[in-house]
Amino acid sequence: MAQLNREEEWAALMRAAIAGDAAAYRRLLDQLSYSLRAATRRGFAQFGAAMNDVEDVVQETLLAIHLKRHTWDASQPLGPWVRAIARHKLIDALRRRGRRIEIPIDAVIDFLPAEEARSDLDRQDAQRLIGELNGRQQTIVRSISVEGKSIRDVAENLGMNEGAVRVALHRGLKALAAMHRRGDEE
Amino acid sequence: MKTDQLIAALAADADSVERPIGRTLAIAVAGGAVGAVILFAVMLGTRPDALASLTSPRFLFKFVITLSLLASALGLVWNLARPGAVPIGWLLALAAVPVLLAVGSVAEMITVPPAEWGRRLAGSNSGMCVILIPMLSAIPFAALLFALRKGAPSRPMLTGAVAGLVSAGIGATLYATHCPDDSPLFVATWYVIATGFMAMLGAAIGERLLRW
Repeated sequence: MAQLNREEEWAALMRAAIAGDAAAYRRLLDQLSYSLRAATRRGFAQFGAAMNDVEDVVQETLLAIHLKRHTWDASQPLGPWVRAIARHKLIDALRRRGRRIEIPIDAVIDFLPAEEARSDLDRQDAQRLIGELNGRQQTIVRSISVEGKSIRDVAENLGMNEGAVRVALHRGLKALAAMHRRGDEE
Repeated sequence: MKTDQLIAALAADADSVERPIGRTLAIAVAGGAVGAVILFAVMLGTRPDALASLTSPRFLFKFVITLSLLASALGLVWNLARPGAVPIGWLLALAAVPVLLAVGSVAEMITVPPAEWGRRLAGSNSGMCVILIPMLSAIPFAALLFALRKGAPSRPMLTGAVAGLVSAGIGATLYATHCPDDSPLFVATWYVIATGFMAMLGAAIGERLLRW
């Protein structure tokens, strides 16, 4: 029952987010991040990978959810779609760490109820990929994420219009996702 | 950057959502098909007796094969473009196409004396078939792969291969209206070689291009 309610809530939040509701989107990503963190930790534990970069995988997965949210079919529940992305990113991350995936990983990705997942409070800081963004993108992504500024404030500070800041932010996030991915080939 | 901070940036970018993937694929397939039709009309055109041949079961059977390939590959690629499990139903639908072709080939071997089999299989135009089907597939193939880059396929290689099958379905349907050879034995050989080539090309490109 709780599972069903959560599915409905997630789907409703994502529909609102796709319609442009940033607050709903933030609430959704926040909830998802707890489940993703717990699932990634279980995956890492099962395959004996070091826990120190779990947060990198959580962030890479959130970026993928963000950049691929137009592939979610709004008539379907959100959970299976999120799990498929999480599974994809977890497998990539484990392979990158030299793990061979021999057993089905689906059970690992089965999300725990949010309450249980919330006990994972020791979050690490993820890598400093942000430092590798180019100048303007780095300033804008850093201001909005790390410094928590609004798009309007950033636009004012930099003497840019808001549209240009939005474009740079989006490109910066895409570049971050690409940097995570490039880790695959290392 | 902490995850909460990343989430703040993602939420600030909430407006950036792209066109739904289904629509992107539809535009690519429709645009690619139009491109292939134009190329076909300029380069080849239908054979003179195409309309009169509509009463010929062998002629019609070619389209049963190419259109069922196209339909099942389309259904499959629509699902493969999104993250998740491979849809078994569409996979079975696709697997039914070679079975259908085998049934047609056996029917041909029953109705035609064995001495004729070789000539029917070789046809009059096999070299052209193997070259022209991939050529007619090229535009839809490129358009579809480009669209699939917007998707999030859990199986990039398989997705690329099925994109190759979709484009071969379009190319082969067009080519079948031009090609004078109608025997299922011809289709089961030369069309299959051309289609297999597109699938392998798609798998090879998909594995590199469709990772995300």
